[in-house]
Amino acid sequence: MSEVKIRAALKDGKCEVKALLTHPMETGRRKDPAGNLIPAHHIQTVELLHNGNLMVEADWGGAISTNPFFSVSLNNVASGDTIEVRWVDNKGETSSGSVKVK
Amino acid sequence: MKPQQQRRLFIKGTLAGGAVVAAAGLGLIQPRLVLAAWPTDAFHSNSLEEALNKVFGSSTLEASDKVVLKAPGIAENGAVVPISINAEQLENVESISIFSEKNPTPLVARFKLKPGCVPEVSTRIKMGESGDVIAVVQAGGKLYSATTNVKVTVGGCGG
Repeated sequence: MSEVKIRAALKDGKCEVKALLTHPMETGRRKDPAGNLIPAHHIQTVELLHNGNLMVEADWGGAISTNPFFSVSLNNVASGDTIEVRWVDNKGETSSGSVKVK
Repeated sequence: MKPQQQRRLFIKGTLAGGAVVAAAGLGLIQPRLVLAAWPTDAFHSNSLEEALNKVFGSSTLEASDKVVLKAPGIAENGAVVPISINAEQLENVESISIFSEKNPTPLVARFKLKPGCVPEVSTRIKMGESGDVIAVVQAGGKLYSATTNVKVTVGGCGG
């Protein structure tokens, strides 16, 4: 299944988490060369967990760019902690990834 | 109720229950993730005001310089417009949302943040044409906003 790339870096007491997801993010409004509408296919919900605790829950529409990137920052993160990102799209497909904070 | 009807109900109940168990067994049901309610109405709203009302139950925004919205003045490619929002000057931030006024459906994304998050978010969005990008920060029961205009030279939603 699609990859989830995560980078988590401690800086100035905060942990900046950057995530890059692989997804077509079709809005449902585009047409293929034959003029047929391409059905909507986009991530709907993204969750970010710190040591298993839900920290960020995001709802997305099709207007997030293809192969979505996002970043958030967390307090109270220590070296060795686990950051996990997982998503589910409008077709029920899911993917996830995790990293240990260095 | 006739015994036959009762038997039908029982069979129906068993089948429905069985489907749930089978789905759980296959790992199709991940608690929270799949069951979380994606706000369909809000994402399908085609005006900014309607989208705001569907998300927050209000469309009253208070423009605030404590919401720092960064977006390019000119986006050469509407398919990838980098947006970042920082609301560190506000306390008890519950969510940060992004709207693109001219998109067919203005609501782009909403990030709900738990205590322990720094209230800042960055992402990349699609814009169909030039227009306002609005960041809405929900904090202490109020809606604070910042707006910036982005000129798009090539739209991001064309076919």
